[in-house]
Amino acid sequence: MSKFAGLGGRLYRGETSVDFIEKRRRWYAFSGILIVASAIALSTQGLHLGIEFKGGSSFTVSKAGVSLDAANTAVTNAKIPGEVIVQKLGSNKVRVQTGALTSVESNQLQDSLAKEIGVTAESIDTQIVGPSWGKEITRKALYGLFGFLIVVLLYLAMAFEPKMAISAIIAVIHDVFITVGIYALVGFDVTPATVIGFLTILGYSLYDTVVVFDKVRENTRTITSTSKMTYSQAANLAVNQTLVRSFNTSLIALMPVGSILFVGAGLLGAGTLKDLSLALFIGLATGTYSSIFIATPILARLREREPAMQALAKRVSARNAAPAMANSVAASAGAQSAVKGATKRGPRNQPKRNRRR
Amino acid sequence: MSTNAQSRTPKTAVRPGRSLAILALVLVALLAAVFIQGATSVKLGLDLRGGTSVTLQPRLAAGESGKVTTAAIDQAVSIIRQRVNSLGVAESEVTAQGSGTNRQIVISVPGDTGRRVVELVGQTAELRFRQVLVSGAPTASKTTDTAATPPAGVSPTVNAAYAALDCTLPANRQGTGSDNANDAIVACDRAGQGKYILAGAVVLGREISKASAAINQTTGSGWYVLLTFNGDGTKKFGALTTRVTSLAAPQNEVAIVLDGLVVSAPRINEAINSGSAEITGSFTQLEATDLANVLKYGALPLAFDRGEVQQISPSLGADQLHAGLLAGFIGLLLVVLYSLLYYRGLGLVSVGSLVVAGSLVYLLFLLLGKWIGFTLTLAGIAGAIVAIGITADSFIVYFERVRDEVREGRSVRSAVETGWLRARRTIIVADFVSIIAAALLYLFAVGGVRGFAFTLGLTTLIDLFVVFIFTKPLVTVITRIKFYSSGHPLSGLSGKSLGVLIPSKTEEA
Repeated sequence: MSKFAGLGGRLYRGETSVDFIEKRRRWYAFSGILIVASAIALSTQGLHLGIEFKGGSSFTVSKAGVSLDAANTAVTNAKIPGEVIVQKLGSNKVRVQTGALTSVESNQLQDSLAKEIGVTAESIDTQIVGPSWGKEITRKALYGLFGFLIVVLLYLAMAFEPKMAISAIIAVIHDVFITVGIYALVGFDVTPATVIGFLTILGYSLYDTVVVFDKVRENTRTITSTSKMTYSQAANLAVNQTLVRSFNTSLIALMPVGSILFVGAGLLGAGTLKDLSLALFIGLATGTYSSIFIATPILARLREREPAMQALAKRVSARNAAPAMANSVAASAGAQSAVKGATKRGPRNQPKRNRRR
Repeated sequence: MSTNAQSRTPKTAVRPGRSLAILALVLVALLAAVFIQGATSVKLGLDLRGGTSVTLQPRLAAGESGKVTTAAIDQAVSIIRQRVNSLGVAESEVTAQGSGTNRQIVISVPGDTGRRVVELVGQTAELRFRQVLVSGAPTASKTTDTAATPPAGVSPTVNAAYAALDCTLPANRQGTGSDNANDAIVACDRAGQGKYILAGAVVLGREISKASAAINQTTGSGWYVLLTFNGDGTKKFGALTTRVTSLAAPQNEVAIVLDGLVVSAPRINEAINSGSAEITGSFTQLEATDLANVLKYGALPLAFDRGEVQQISPSLGADQLHAGLLAGFIGLLLVVLYSLLYYRGLGLVSVGSLVVAGSLVYLLFLLLGKWIGFTLTLAGIAGAIVAIGITADSFIVYFERVRDEVREGRSVRSAVETGWLRARRTIIVADFVSIIAAALLYLFAVGGVRGFAFTLGLTTLIDLFVVFIFTKPLVTVITRIKFYSSGHPLSGLSGKSLGVLIPSKTEEA
């Protein structure tokens, strides 16, 4: 642990630094490949939509030692039209999924299942979704998505700055796209619970980005007056300084989500918990990735195009051309170091890191 | 903020005792409210205790003009509520979700009522009395003979539709309530035993003043529904029965049509002027009672599509509750362990904060159940578990800030204050984004999703509250203890573990 914490210190001072922004083309290329793969998967395979979206019925019968044969017989007896999927969930559950049924047909199937398997019709867990309902759900989910993006864009533009808002939103769209792509590729079921998961990821991914951007803003507040580092360098330092936090928060967020996934998939087999936590699990991973590798580089690019920042970059490179201590550039950042940086910087540059515990 | 950030002894080193006292007061007040209100258990949703929920979506019946109006939906809700109450199941609920005319009606009834609820709430219950013009076998006619010679008063189009109608198909026995009151219609028998051409409606459901279930006294079996007409209804029904008695079969039959399906079509032997009628049709007691109730409270002003029907058995409900709680427990345990391992002494603060946040959430669940009928669903539990991560995230943002300040060379006690000034803003902005997400989810979603959004939003607000009123003051208090302020190796603030290269001062210079 303390080794890792020591790493936190080195990252904070910029002694250990990863070039997130300098090597942005690499990350862009990586994301680009993922996005292309997602687009291909989406167009060729499409999403595997649950019955909530396309209409249909699902009947789950729980009985110790229930057999697939009994369920299949029941389905045959009930003369259900269209495609019927009969699966076993765990050791004592059978699930029958059908297309959209009329209420007469679904009652017939329920009765038939109850008779063949030997349970009461009331004890069969049933979900019946009308064909028009899916459209309603989809419409609402899309409203939710766009409403969210617009409100958050406005809020971040007010709370931070417009370019940060744009970068954050690009990163979020990136996350949604890749997550949806993974769903298409692997063929996971998309249910309303999955959509909740997606929408929550948006919030979480932004949360992550907000924390990184907050540090970026702090680091870049005085860069034009001190001329010690370019916007990109300051932003890169910010990402490095929040790296430990990003790692910790992602890990801590993943723990409850992972436990829902474990319990949901392991104990219940299928349903709300599994769908929700799977979407969260995948989304959290892409969200953490994008706030570090996508959002901040895009922000840096956007800001570097401003004349003031270009002028700053020139001043900094002129400064570096003179024999300056490269280390001191990286070592200090932020508002407070501009004020008291000169007195503080000295001792910290002395290599004393060989002491461990 | 920038001036504060630079000052070495920030003004915000304010009385932490006061914040903690406020928190204690809030907790005591909530606890007192719980006892006074007698809210001793969290209201569980149907997916956690079993039950049936039906979501109805308004739709215009075919051939009807006009719009789905707010007033019509309100009226439908109150009629459906009366019908559901007639079941006598405690804690049944009927609510309209959404806004304006774009609303769904959500009915939830706990327990094993299943199919009965679905039938009860979904039907429009438009009752009409029509004279039978033609009746026959339920299958579609193979020849076109009948089309060539339509009986008196039947248009060729209606006759052709009659010939094509196959009442053995379940799809044709849906009871869609799409019969136009004034026109002649074709209709199926409810059980698929026959099909009819019926004349325009003479007596309508709204001309019924009373309906009740009764049993045939002489045989002791055979439930039927007894109807009593109002003044208008009595006159019209009398006239209708007078007119048809002398006609030849099947035109001396009067069909009782419910939502476009013929429930029964008794032959009328004599004029009925008593103002009452019976609907027979081999009902069970429950069916007769439900039908009487449905007729008593009147027809719905709108037709509804069954958007979603969910029936969850109590045993699955118990399983889901168990699984949700287990997932929450494991998740919490992992977070606590990680906090303690990584943040050592500071980890204790985050564990304490999680406990406080958890108690607040639990107390509010209890009270909101009483106040606004909040029910905890599986999605709600998931929202609360996900919120553990968000709550813990706030602590991490703060702790990392404090450690950054220590790395800058500040003393622990001063780092706690300056770190807070910076972390505070980040936490507010980040939590606010979460709250926006939760609010929009709540606005745009239906059913289970709302439960998730509600708990997520609530727990995020509680997170803000706890960080401000508990975590920060507690950190201020404990850093007065030497164990923390001196940067003990187990405090989570030791210079060594942070990689501080200058010795941290125990006292502010």
